[in-house]
Amino acid sequence: MSAMSDTAFDYYSHRKHDHEHDDHAPVAGEAEGPPSDYEIMSRAMQELLEAKGVVTAEEIRRRMEIFEEEFPYRGSRVIARAWTDPAFRARLLEDGKAACAEMGVELEATRLIAVENTPDVHNVIVCTLCSCYPRELLGMPPTWYKSDNYRARVVREPRSVLKEFGTVLPDNVTVRVHDSNADMRYVVVPIRPQGTKDWSEEQLAEILTRDTLVGVTVPQAPGKA
Amino acid sequence: MRSKRTRTRKALPSTYTPAPGHRFNVGDRVVIKRAFPPGHRRTPCYIRGKEGVIERICGAFPNPEELAYGFDGEPAKVLYRVRFNQKHVWPDYQGPARDLIEMEIFEHWLAPASGRAQTAGPTQSG
Repeated sequence: MSAMSDTAFDYYSHRKHDHEHDDHAPVAGEAEGPPSDYEIMSRAMQELLEAKGVVTAEEIRRRMEIFEEEFPYRGSRVIARAWTDPAFRARLLEDGKAACAEMGVELEATRLIAVENTPDVHNVIVCTLCSCYPRELLGMPPTWYKSDNYRARVVREPRSVLKEFGTVLPDNVTVRVHDSNADMRYVVVPIRPQGTKDWSEEQLAEILTRDTLVGVTVPQAPGKA
Repeated sequence: MRSKRTRTRKALPSTYTPAPGHRFNVGDRVVIKRAFPPGHRRTPCYIRGKEGVIERICGAFPNPEELAYGFDGEPAKVLYRVRFNQKHVWPDYQGPARDLIEMEIFEHWLAPASGRAQTAGPTQSG
C-alpha cells in the first residue's frame, strides 16, 4: 500500500504546523461554503429538541466546551498519577474506570483498559471499524485517527506507521496493536522518560500528550529529543 | 434524557438465544468464525478465520448486532479480548514474529481451535 496516497490522511501536515492545531472543532473545520446535509440535519434536530424543551442551547454549548476544554486533559492527569503512584498505577491497570473515578474523573460510558508500555512491549490503539476512542479522557479524536489510512495500515504495518510518527522501535520490542472494535476503550501508559525524577504530576502531564496516550509517539523529556 | 419507559416501548426482544456463563477461559485457543453474514457486525473481516488465544474476559454486553436495529440487545453476550500473532493474521507481515494484535470478539463468533498451537500464549509479552 502506498504510504501517502490518501490525501485525507493528514498527520504530516499536522506535524509541520508550529502552532496549536484545533483538532476539536465541533463541526469538522472545512473552509467556508454551504453547510452539508449532515450539518443541516444536526442543526434542525437541535432546534427541534430546543423547541420541545428537551435541551437548551446553553447545555449543548457547555457540552461542546467540556469536550474541547476539559476532556482532552483528563488522560494526561490520570497517567501522570500512574507515573508517580505505583499503587494507583496497579489499580488503573486492574480497572481503569474505577481508578479514574478515584481522581474525580468520571467516565460515564467508558469501560477503560489501560495498557502498559515496558522496555519489551509497545502498545498502540486503533479502531478499524469506525473511530472508537476514549473521548472522556482525550477529547475528540484527531483527524488522522479517523482516517482510512491510519485504520487500515496500523493493524497490518504498525511499525511503518509508527515510524511516520517518528517512533522507531527495535525488533526486540513487541508491538502490540489494540483494535478498539467493541465495548472497551483503551489508553496507553507510556514509559516515564529519564530525567523526570523530580518532576511534579503537573509537569509530567505536560509531556503526556494525546499522541503518547494513543501510542503513536513516546513522551520525551525536554532537551532530550 | 433516555427514560426507561421509552426504551422498553421501542426495543423488541432479541432473536438470539441466551448463552449463560462463559464458554471460554483465559489462555484457551479459539478460531474466529469465517462467516460473512449481512448486517452490523463488530467482528472485523480481516480477523475472520484466524486463530488466537483468549487474553481476558471483558464481561457480558448487550449484543451490538441487535442494538443496531432497535432490538434491546438482550440477552447480553460474553465479550472476550483475543490475542493474535501478526504473522498469522497477515502472511506477508513485515515485522518480527513477536508482534501481536488484540481485539474484542463476542462469544458467538468463537469456536475452539483444534490441532497445533499457532498463536502465542498470553504470557509471551507479559
